[in-house]
Amino acid sequence: MKDVFIVSDNILSPIGTTTTDNFEKLKKSVSGIELHEKKSYSETPFYASLFDDSLMFDNDTKILCFTKFENLIINSIRQALLNDAINIDLKKTLLIISSTKGNIELLENEKYTKELINRISLHTSATKISNYFELKEEPLIISNACISGLLAIITGMRMIQIGKYENVIIAGADVISKFVLSGFQSFQAISKEKCRPFDNERNGINLGEGAATIILSSNKKIGSSIKVAGGSVSNDANHISGPSRTGEELSYAISMAMKNANVSNNNIDFISAHGTGTIYNDEMEGNAFFLQKLQNIPTNSLKGYFGHTLGAAGIIESIISYKSMEQNLILPTLGFQKLGISKPINICTTLNSSIINNCLKTASGFGGCNAAIVMSKN
Amino acid sequence: MILDLNITSSCLIKKDSVYLNGKKLFSYLDTASTNFLLSAYRFFEMNYPKFYKMDNLCKLGWLASEILLKESFVKDKYVPEEIGVVLLNKNSSLNTDLKFYQTINEIPSPSLFVYTLPNIVIGEICIRNNFKGETAFFIFKKFNSEFIQQYVNNLFNNNILQACICGWVEFMDDDYKAVLLLIEKDKSSISKPFTIFNINKMYH
Repeated sequence: MKDVFIVSDNILSPIGTTTTDNFEKLKKSVSGIELHEKKSYSETPFYASLFDDSLMFDNDTKILCFTKFENLIINSIRQALLNDAINIDLKKTLLIISSTKGNIELLENEKYTKELINRISLHTSATKISNYFELKEEPLIISNACISGLLAIITGMRMIQIGKYENVIIAGADVISKFVLSGFQSFQAISKEKCRPFDNERNGINLGEGAATIILSSNKKIGSSIKVAGGSVSNDANHISGPSRTGEELSYAISMAMKNANVSNNNIDFISAHGTGTIYNDEMEGNAFFLQKLQNIPTNSLKGYFGHTLGAAGIIESIISYKSMEQNLILPTLGFQKLGISKPINICTTLNSSIINNCLKTASGFGGCNAAIVMSKN
Repeated sequence: MILDLNITSSCLIKKDSVYLNGKKLFSYLDTASTNFLLSAYRFFEMNYPKFYKMDNLCKLGWLASEILLKESFVKDKYVPEEIGVVLLNKNSSLNTDLKFYQTINEIPSPSLFVYTLPNIVIGEICIRNNFKGETAFFIFKKFNSEFIQQYVNNLFNNNILQACICGWVEFMDDDYKAVLLLIEKDKSSISKPFTIFNINKMYH
C-alpha cells in the first residue's frame, strides 16, 4: 500500500491566517474565543471564536461572488498551494470538501427562492471552488457532523492508497450563524464561559469559525516527514444526539486506526482528543482511551483555542497535531484545571517537549459517529 | 485481492411506490409525501415508535432500510462492527434545515435541530439494527454509481466491512427518492453482481 504524506497545509482562523501563525500563537496560549454581544446571532451574549469579517477578505474581485463559506475555503486552499516546495499537478488532484452546514447562513440574509436553495447546496459551493482552482475531477463533499474533517482525511488517504489519485486537497470550513448557534443553544450545549475540556466544571462547547486545508500526496519528493498512516470510522448505534455511554465504539475505531497504521497502543506518543467540553462527550472519550489502555498517553484538546469549528475541526486539529509532532511539542489543554471524568486520563496542562513519533487524533459527533486517525513520522 | 461483491437485496422508493428487488410491493396515490411515508409504514405493519419522531429524510431512509433487510438479510452472520452504511444525496438535510429555520426567531426546536445533519439517517438505521461499522455521508449533485461501487468495494477489500447498506436518500418537499442496496460477499438465488451497470439499473 502506498504511503500518504502530508505535503502542505493551512489554518485560517480568527487566531491567524497561516498554520505557523496559528501554531506560534497557540504556544503563547492565545485563544480566539471571546464574549460576543451580537444581537443578530443571539439575544444573550455568548462565547465563540468568530472572524472579524471586515478584516478577513482581500480585495481580489474574482472572489467577491463567493459566499463567506466559499471564501474561507478558497483562501485556505490558496495559502496551502503557496508552499514553494509543492508543485502538484492539479489535473491529477482530487478535492474533498468537509462541512456540516456550508452556506446555511444565506437563509438568514436572503429571500427564500428555488435559486437560493440551489445556492445553499454544498454541491454548488464545491463546483464553484473546484472551478476556481481549475480542477478536472468532480470534488467529493463530506457532510458527516463533527467527524467530517477526519472522515475527509481518511477518504483522501484511501484514494491515494488505492492509486486513484496522486494528490488530494482536503479543505473544510464552517461559518457560525444564528442557525447554528441557536440550535446548539436549544440543546443547552453552549458553555456559559470559555469551554473547559475534560474539566470537572465543564458545561458545554464554544462554537468557532475556521477553515483549514491539508494536501496529501503519494509523491515522496514533495512529502514532508509526516504520514497519514491509518484511519477508521465507527458508529455507536445508541442515540442520535448523545454519545455512547461506554465509549466502546470509539475505542473500536481507535483500535482499527492503529491496526491500519501498523502501530500498537505502546507506540502512541500523543493523543489529540475531540474534547468538546460537554459532559457526555468528554466522559465517553475518556472511557474509549481507557479501554485502549491509552490513559497514560499525553492528551490534549484544542477546543479552548479554536472553539468547536465543526466541519473544519478535524482538519485544523490534525494540522496542529502534526506540527506538534514536527516540533516535538505538546500544547496544553486551555480551560482544563481538574479532571472531571471517571477514567484517569493524562490531560496536558503545560507546554511539554516530548518526542512524538505517532499521534492519535479522534472525533465523535451527532448520529453516533466516531473517527480516529494515526499520523506517523516517516 | 479484488473481491466480487453482490447486491443481495435492493429497495427503491420513488413516486409513491415501493419496490423490493425490482418488484412493486406498494403504491399509494397521494400528492403529499408525508402521507405516503406514513401509509407505507402502516402497510408494511411496522412497529417502531421512534419513526414518528424522525424527520422526513430519516423516515424515508429508515423505511427503505427496513424493507431492504426484511426478507433475506441474516444479521447473525456478522458482528455489528462488520456492518456499515454509506449514503449519498443531493440536498443534505436542507428540507429540515428550512423547518428548523422557521423556529429560530421564536423558540428554536432541539428536536428539529438534531435532524439538520444528513448523517442522522445513518444513525437511525444503525440504532435500529445495531450496526456499528463504518458509516459515511457524501453529497453529490447527481446519483454517482461509480463512486458508490468504488468506495464500498474498497471497504470490503480492506476487510473493513463484511456487509454494507449503500445508496441514495434524498428528500426535498415532494421530491423524494431512496435507492438502497445491500452488499455482501456471498451470492444468493436473487443476487446480482455489484457492478456500476447493475447499480444504475436499480436507481432508474
